[in-house]
Amino acid sequence: MSYLARRLLTFPLVMLGVSILVFFAIRMVPGDAITAMLGTEAGLLTPAQRAALAAYFGIDKPILVQYWSWLLGVLQGDLGISVIHGKPALAIILERFPLTLQLALMSMCVALLVGLPAGVFAATRNEKMSDLAVRIFAMIGQSTPNFVVGLLIIYALSAGFGILPTMGEFTPLFTDPLRNLGQMILPAITLGFAFAASVTRISRSAMLDVLSDDYVRTARSKGVPKRSVIWRHALPNALIPVVTLSGVEFGYLLGGAVLVEQIYALPGLGRLVLEAILQRDYALVQGCVLFIAFNFLVVNLLVDLLYVTLDPRIRLGEGN
Amino acid sequence: MSMLRAIFSHPSGRIGGTIVLLYIVVALLGMSGITPHNPLQQFRIDRLHAPSALYWMGTDLFGRDVASRLMNGIGQSFLVAFCSVAIATFAGTVLGLTAAWFGKAWDGLVMRIMDVLLAFPAILLALLIIAVVGPGTWTSVAAIAIVYTPIFTRVVRGPALSIKAREFVDAARTFGSSRRYILTRHLLLNLVAPLTVQVTLALAWSLLTEAGLSFLGLGTQPPASSLGLMLADSRNLMENAPWMLIFPAVAIMISILGFNLLGDALRDILDPKARRSAP
Repeated sequence: MSYLARRLLTFPLVMLGVSILVFFAIRMVPGDAITAMLGTEAGLLTPAQRAALAAYFGIDKPILVQYWSWLLGVLQGDLGISVIHGKPALAIILERFPLTLQLALMSMCVALLVGLPAGVFAATRNEKMSDLAVRIFAMIGQSTPNFVVGLLIIYALSAGFGILPTMGEFTPLFTDPLRNLGQMILPAITLGFAFAASVTRISRSAMLDVLSDDYVRTARSKGVPKRSVIWRHALPNALIPVVTLSGVEFGYLLGGAVLVEQIYALPGLGRLVLEAILQRDYALVQGCVLFIAFNFLVVNLLVDLLYVTLDPRIRLGEGN
Repeated sequence: MSMLRAIFSHPSGRIGGTIVLLYIVVALLGMSGITPHNPLQQFRIDRLHAPSALYWMGTDLFGRDVASRLMNGIGQSFLVAFCSVAIATFAGTVLGLTAAWFGKAWDGLVMRIMDVLLAFPAILLALLIIAVVGPGTWTSVAAIAIVYTPIFTRVVRGPALSIKAREFVDAARTFGSSRRYILTRHLLLNLVAPLTVQVTLALAWSLLTEAGLSFLGLGTQPPASSLGLMLADSRNLMENAPWMLIFPAVAIMISILGFNLLGDALRDILDPKARRSAP
C-alpha cells in the first residue's frame, strides 16, 4: 500500500484512539460527575434528584454505552455543554480559535522572516566568526522557554521605556486591525523566538548540505553569480526540511500557546484549556483537547502530503 | 573515561558538560539543605531586599532568600526532570524493544497507542493528566514521563528492528542464546548510543515542561520552590524587584542550554553520520 493511502487510513484510527483516551481519562477523575459539575451544592441533592440528573446526563448507563452516545454526538459536532459558560463547548472553542490561529500564523511569519535569512547567511559563511555568532544565538534561542522570553520582553519594555504591553480587553482583527496587531505583535515575537532559532539551525544545516552538491558546484563553475546560486539554485532544495519543521511547529501552535496566552492575557484556545482545567469544567476540557488533537493531526497529515509534493524524489513508501 | 574525554574535547561538549556538572552540584547542595539561608525562612524586615553581601540574589516578597530558593528550586526541577526521563526511558525502551522483537499484533498495538499519545502537543497531554490526577510534584513526574515515553519507544524500535535482522542475532539464536540474553546483550547494548543522545535532549525538554507547569501553578506547589514557581512569583513584582525575575530566568535558560549543548556534542561523538543533517 502506498504511504499516502496508509497515512490516510490511519488518521481515523488514531483519532478514534484519541477520543477513547480523552473520554476515559476524564472519567478517571476522582468523585462522580454530578459532584464534579455542581461542586458542594451536590450535597444538597436528594437521592431522587441525583438519579434524575444522572439519567438526564446519561451517566446511569454502562460506560461503553455512554462512550458510544458521546462519540455519535462528537461526530455530529456536539462536544457537550460547558458547565461554567452554560453554552455548547464547540461554540466557545470556535469563539477562541481565531485568535489562536492568528497568533500561530504571525509567529510563523516572525520565525521564517528571521530564521531563514539567518540560516542562509550562516551557511554561506561556514565556520567563520559570523556563522559562529548566528549559531550561538540560535542555540540560546532554542534553550529559552517562550514564557521566559515573554516575561523578559515585558520587563525590558517596562523598565527601559516605561511602557506595558496592551492587555485587558482583546480586540478582534476585523474590529480594529491596528489595535489588534498592537496587542498581538509581542506575543507573536515571544512565540516566534524559539521557533526562529529552530528555523535558523535547520535551514543552515540544510543549506550546507545542498551547497556541497554537484549541481551547485556546476552552477558556480559556469560562472553563475553567487547570489543567484544561493537564492535560486540552492535555497529551493534546502527548503524541504524547513517546510516540515514549520508545519509540525504550526500544528503545536494551533494547540494554543498556553503559557504565552496566559502571560499576555490573551483569550485564546490555550488559555481556555487552562481555565477549563482549573475550574474543573470537564466537558470543556474534553472538547478542547479533542479539537486540538484533531487540528494537530490534520496539520501533520497536510505536512506529509506537502512533503511528498515538494520533493518527488522522496519515496515515503519505503522504510516507514 | 574515554567517553568523558571525548565530551570534554568537543567544543560544545566542554561547555555543556561543565554547565550540567555545575548544575548537578548546585541541585544536590540545594536538595540537601546546604544553602546560604533556609529557603523557607522569612526575613520580614528584609522583604524585597536588593542583592547584597548577605542576600546574594536579593529576597522575595516574604523576605525569603532568592539564592537559597533558587538552589532548592534547581534541585526540585532536576529531581522532576531526572525522574520523569528515567521512567520514560525505561518504559520506552521496554515497549520499543518488545514491539520490535515480537512484531505482529503487539507491535501494532504498542505503536498505535504511541501514535495516539503523539497526537497531543506535549504540554496539552501533561495538562490533561494533571486535570485528572490533580497538581503536584509527582503528578508532574508522571505526566512528563507519559508525554516523552512515545519518543523513546520510537527511538528504540527503529534501530532494534534493523539490528534484529542482522546476522549476528540469527547466529546467537542458532547457538541457543536465550531471548532475554539476545534482547539485553545484542539489541540493548547497540541502542545505548541513540538512547544517550535522546536522554540528554529529553532532560532539556522536561526541564522546560516542568518550569512551564510550575509557572501555571500545576507543578510543584508552594511553599516549596521551583524555577517556574519563582518566575510566577516575580510577575507582579518585576519592576520593583527585577532580581526575582532575572536570576530564575537565567538559571532556566542556562540549564536547558547546557543539556542541549551536551546532547549536540553526544550526537556528534556517537553518531558522526548524523552530524551534518542534524538540525
